[in-house]
Amino acid sequence: MVRTGYDLSNSVFSPDGRNFQVEYATKAVENGGTAIGIRCKDGVVLAVEKIITSKLLKPGTNKRIATVDKHVGVVSSGLVPDGRHFVSRARDEASSWRRFIKSPIPTSIIASRLGSYVQMYTLYSSVRPFGVTTIIGGWDSEEELPVDGQVGSGPKMGAGGKDESLRSGGPGLYMIEPSGLYWGYYGAATGKGRQVAKGELEKLNLQNGTLSLLEGVKEAARIIYVAHDDSKDKDFELEMTWISGKDGPTKGRHEEVPAKLREEAEKAAKKALEGEDEEDDSSKGDKMEE
Amino acid sequence: MDMRKTGMLNEDGIHIDMDHLKKGEVNADRELRIQERTAERPLGPTLPIESRISSLRSGSAADTQAVADIVQYNLEQFGVEYDMPPTTQTAAAMFQELCYHNKDRLSAGMIIAGYDPRHGGQVYSIPLGGSLHKQSYAIGGSGSTYIYGYCDANWREGMTEEEGVNFVKGALQEAIKWDGSSGGVIRMVVLTAKGAVRHLYLPDNGYTGPGTK
Repeated sequence: MVRTGYDLSNSVFSPDGRNFQVEYATKAVENGGTAIGIRCKDGVVLAVEKIITSKLLKPGTNKRIATVDKHVGVVSSGLVPDGRHFVSRARDEASSWRRFIKSPIPTSIIASRLGSYVQMYTLYSSVRPFGVTTIIGGWDSEEELPVDGQVGSGPKMGAGGKDESLRSGGPGLYMIEPSGLYWGYYGAATGKGRQVAKGELEKLNLQNGTLSLLEGVKEAARIIYVAHDDSKDKDFELEMTWISGKDGPTKGRHEEVPAKLREEAEKAAKKALEGEDEEDDSSKGDKMEE
Repeated sequence: MDMRKTGMLNEDGIHIDMDHLKKGEVNADRELRIQERTAERPLGPTLPIESRISSLRSGSAADTQAVADIVQYNLEQFGVEYDMPPTTQTAAAMFQELCYHNKDRLSAGMIIAGYDPRHGGQVYSIPLGGSLHKQSYAIGGSGSTYIYGYCDANWREGMTEEEGVNFVKGALQEAIKWDGSSGGVIRMVVLTAKGAVRHLYLPDNGYTGPGTK
């Protein structure tokens, strides 16, 4: 870019209507480990490619996916400390909702509040924008929930006059960019491998609402592996969490995918990759090093 | 309403909220909540917090009005900010927060009742200490002590709207009869999918009317 001076301060527009500091923040994200979220029919999967920056770090520690409330998980790509601050704000939002409304915060609302929070960091010259793009996954209870702390449960036969045709709750997936822009997604990807990952997510036809959570876990692992470029990128660890409805494996909670299941999914992912390589080999005839 | 020496208003009535309609009745597609109380003032102590949520107040009128006004304001904010109507639970949670955290400064016994399509009709009671109780029906105020037996004997699950109204009216008549500080008219609001319908019953004709007119 030609140095025009319009890129030095946050919140200052260039004459052609751009905010360079926000664009630079987006650049920081483009180098982060790939993070994806998949909204399945019966839950949400979050996965991240955690680049191993040093052999001196203990495997399985320094988690990058955080639980914000029982039913909400957050994964980010970009500057790790910015991600941590974001998570801390998300937890504040969730707990203040619980204090005031005495129920779990709906995924759409926490996404909207955090979107506003991130946007505020584009407005002032005294701050810089967030160097992360964040994916928020949640499950809003399909059941009626009691008010937190309530005693008793009303009449045995339950309340009358309900509209039984109403459906509420279910999976939610949102992605917030450094500009504060956020959308709800069927499948979301950010970080270094986002282009490849988005391509793979599109092939899943998530809008049909047929992919199950278990399939989602397998696909998430595979996509992180596909998006990782072995020849260029450093080694990575796969971190994966999921949230299901009350009939599913996590009972409405955001939890880490059990190690056994994750390893299974990783094995399948590697196998699928090898299969792809063989196809490449036969068609192109050149060998890829592992 | 009699004045106490502190200048605080005494408990001034009875509140009964009752839950609801039997399925399979003509009215079965609706939930019914009835809140009633006796009142001397034209406005009465039933205060619409949101169109289909009502609060019943007993204790200090100043305290309970202030609390209800705050909740009403917050619920309005909620509706605008999140583009969805607040549920009865939301209202109950807000009341409880205020009543519990200011328990040493308030003399407020609240009953919150409301209808929303997802949860149907519900009744919550928040007594003096600020605890929150979900109940089938709730009674409160000075006159309520006289009608615990009446309510226990006459309340049934799955009553029709008409049965509900009669139950409430019957209970209140007893309360008015026995409690020196309860008297005057019976006010009622019935909250269903159709909205809030107010009733009024006068002592002049033995509490038979004018009803909803």
